[in-house]
Amino acid sequence: MGNPNRAKAEKGVMRWIDDRFPATQMWEDHLAKYYAPKNFNFWYFFGSLALLVLVNQILTGVWLTMSYNPSAEGAFASVEYIMRDVEFGWLIRYMHSTGATAFFVVIYLHMFRALLYGSYKAPRELVWIFGMTIYLALMAEAFMGYLLPWGQMSYWGAQVIISLFSAIPVVGADLTQWIRGDFLISGITLNRFFALHVVALPIVILGLVVLHILALHEVGSNNPDGVDIKAKKDETGKPLDGIPFHPYYTVKDIVGVAVFLFVFCVVIFYFPEGGGYFIEKPNFEPSDPLKTPDHIAPVWYFTPFYAMLRAITFSLFGLDSKFLGVMVMGAAIAILFVLPWLDKSPVLSMRYKGWMSKVMLALFAVSFVVLGVLGVLPSTPGRTVVAQVSTAVYFAFFLLMPIYTRLEKTKPVPERVTG
Amino acid sequence: MKKRLFIWLVALLPVTGFAAGGAAVHLDEMTPDLSDKASLQNGMKLFTNYCMGCHSLEYQRYSRAAEDLGIPQDLVEDNLIFSEDLAFNDQMRIAMQEGDAETWFGAAPPDLTLEARLRGTDWIYTYLRTFYKDPERPLGVNNKVFPLVGMPNALEPLQGVQEQVCSETDKPVPGHEPDPLTGKYQSCDVLQVTQPGELEPEEFDQAVYDLTNFLAYVGEPSKLQAQSLGPKVLIFIFIFGVIAYLLKREYWRDIH
Repeated sequence: MGNPNRAKAEKGVMRWIDDRFPATQMWEDHLAKYYAPKNFNFWYFFGSLALLVLVNQILTGVWLTMSYNPSAEGAFASVEYIMRDVEFGWLIRYMHSTGATAFFVVIYLHMFRALLYGSYKAPRELVWIFGMTIYLALMAEAFMGYLLPWGQMSYWGAQVIISLFSAIPVVGADLTQWIRGDFLISGITLNRFFALHVVALPIVILGLVVLHILALHEVGSNNPDGVDIKAKKDETGKPLDGIPFHPYYTVKDIVGVAVFLFVFCVVIFYFPEGGGYFIEKPNFEPSDPLKTPDHIAPVWYFTPFYAMLRAITFSLFGLDSKFLGVMVMGAAIAILFVLPWLDKSPVLSMRYKGWMSKVMLALFAVSFVVLGVLGVLPSTPGRTVVAQVSTAVYFAFFLLMPIYTRLEKTKPVPERVTG
Repeated sequence: MKKRLFIWLVALLPVTGFAAGGAAVHLDEMTPDLSDKASLQNGMKLFTNYCMGCHSLEYQRYSRAAEDLGIPQDLVEDNLIFSEDLAFNDQMRIAMQEGDAETWFGAAPPDLTLEARLRGTDWIYTYLRTFYKDPERPLGVNNKVFPLVGMPNALEPLQGVQEQVCSETDKPVPGHEPDPLTGKYQSCDVLQVTQPGELEPEEFDQAVYDLTNFLAYVGEPSKLQAQSLGPKVLIFIFIFGVIAYLLKREYWRDIH
C-alpha cells in the first residue's frame, strides 16, 4: 500500500497495459471497488464455491480427456486405465466424478439462497434467468458426462432419458433416433456426447457464467435483508452498508473454500462412490445392450425430476401418461424461469415476508427432498401416491405464489442492513 | 422382569423373521483389510491357482499387484504367472477364448477385476462358500447366492463336497421359532461338508476371506494410495483453513 514500487509499476507496465486494455478498471469494477453488502451469511458462500467447482471440473476434465478413449470398444477400459496406469489418474477421476456431485450440491444451495432472500426479484431477474440457464446447461453436461464411462448404468440411464423424447407425439421416434445418431445407443452416441460434453457445453456454461456475473455486478448483490444498499451512500458515493468485495469477501470466501475442500477431500479419499449414489454399482460392468440392470436409477441430482416423471401414472385429455410425465418434468424446470414474475410480494427477503411464504417455501424444500429420495427407490403404489402429493406441492409453491404473496401481511423492512 | 422381557422378545420374533424373509439372500459380512499383506498375498495365490483358469483380471497388472502386496518379482514370475505369453508387466489375462468359453459353459466367465465393486465383498465371500451338491445341475453343483449358476465349485479341492441337509442352525429361519432349550433353528436349508477337503471349515472360510480381500484390492488398487495421501491432504487443508480464518478475522476487524 505504501509501497513506492507499486506506484512506479502503475506508471510502467500497468500504465502501458491500461492504455490498451481495461485491466485496472476491470479489477476495480468486479473486485476491489465492487461494493457488496456487509451482512452476507452462510448462504452466500455457494456462488464462489460453484465457480471453484467449475474450475475443478474444467481442469480435471482436460486431464481426463488426455487419456480417455471415446469409443464403444475402448471407453470402459480407458477409464480403468486412468484409474490404474495414469499417474494420479484415480485422483483426477474422483475429483471429476465427485466434482459433479459437489457442483449440484452447491448449485442447489445457491438456488435455495435465492428463494430465501428473493434474489430473483427485480432488478435481478436477468441474474436469475442466466443462472437458471446455467443450471439447465449443467444438467445436460452432467447427463452427457455420465454416458462416457460406458458402464451399464451409463448406458441404461441414457437409454431411459433419451427415450423420454419418444413420448413427444408425431416427431418422437425420429427425434430420439436423431439424438442417438443410431437405432440404439452406440459408439456414435458416445462420440457425440463426448464432443458436446468436453467442447460445446463447457463453452456455453462459461459464457453463461460471465453473463450471470456481469448482470449481477450491474445491479449489485442482494443480501439477507433484501435492502438496497445503494439507496444510502456516503459523501464519496460508496454505499454505507457496502464493503469492497476484495479483500473482505475474497478472504471470507477462502475460509469457505477450506471448509468445502475438507469435506470434498474426505469424499474423494474415503467415499468416492458415495455409497453408490455418486458412482452407481452397475457402472463397474461394461455396458451391454442385451442386459438390462434390475433397477435403473438416475444419479441423485436428477432424481427429484425422475420421481415426478414416474408420479404421472394416468392419462389425461387424450395424452398418454408418459408424455404427460415428460411435460410435468419439463414444466418443473420451466416454471423456475418465470419465478421473478410470480412473486408479487413488496419485500424481497423471507425475513420480512408473511407466514404463508415461509410455510410454502418449507413445504417446497421438503417436497423436493422427498421427490429426490423417491427417485432413487423402486416405485411402489404407496410411494407413487407420495410422489404425486410432493409433485403437487412443488407446483403449488409456484402456481399459488401470486396469490399468497399478495394476500399475506409483510413486516416492515429496515432502511439499513441488520448484520 | 426378565420373564416379561423374554415374552416380549418371543412375541417379536415372528416380526423379525418376517422382515428377514423380505430380503433375497442373507449375505455374510466381509470387511476387506488392505493392510493385511499376508491375506492379500494368499488371496493372489488362490486366485492365480484356482480362478485364473477361466477368469481374467484384465485391468490388473502382475507388477502392480506384486509391488502393492510386497511380493518379489522372481516369486511372481516363478509361481504366479502360468502362461508363456505373459510377462511381469502384463495384465492378468487368460488364454481361454470368449467364444470357446461360451460353448463350454453357456456364458463366458466374466472378468473379475471390478467384481468386488460391482457386487460387493459380502456377495463374493458368501457366494464362494455356498456351493452345494445338486445332481440335477450340469456341473453337479448349485449355489445359494447365485441359483443355477453355470460355474463349478472351483474351490472344491479345498472345501470338500458340501451338501444341503436338514439340521440345526444358529441362523434364524423365516417362519420358524427356535428350539426353546438350545435357541437353535431346525432347517432343511443348511449346508454341511459331507466329504472333507484339504482345509478345515474355519481354514476354508479364512481362505475365501483372503481371496475376497484380494479381489477387493484388485477392484480399486488406488485405495492404498488414497489411504496414504488422504490424511496428509486433510491436515494441510485444516491448517490452511485455520490460517485463512485468522486472516479473515484480521481483515474484518474494521467492519461493524
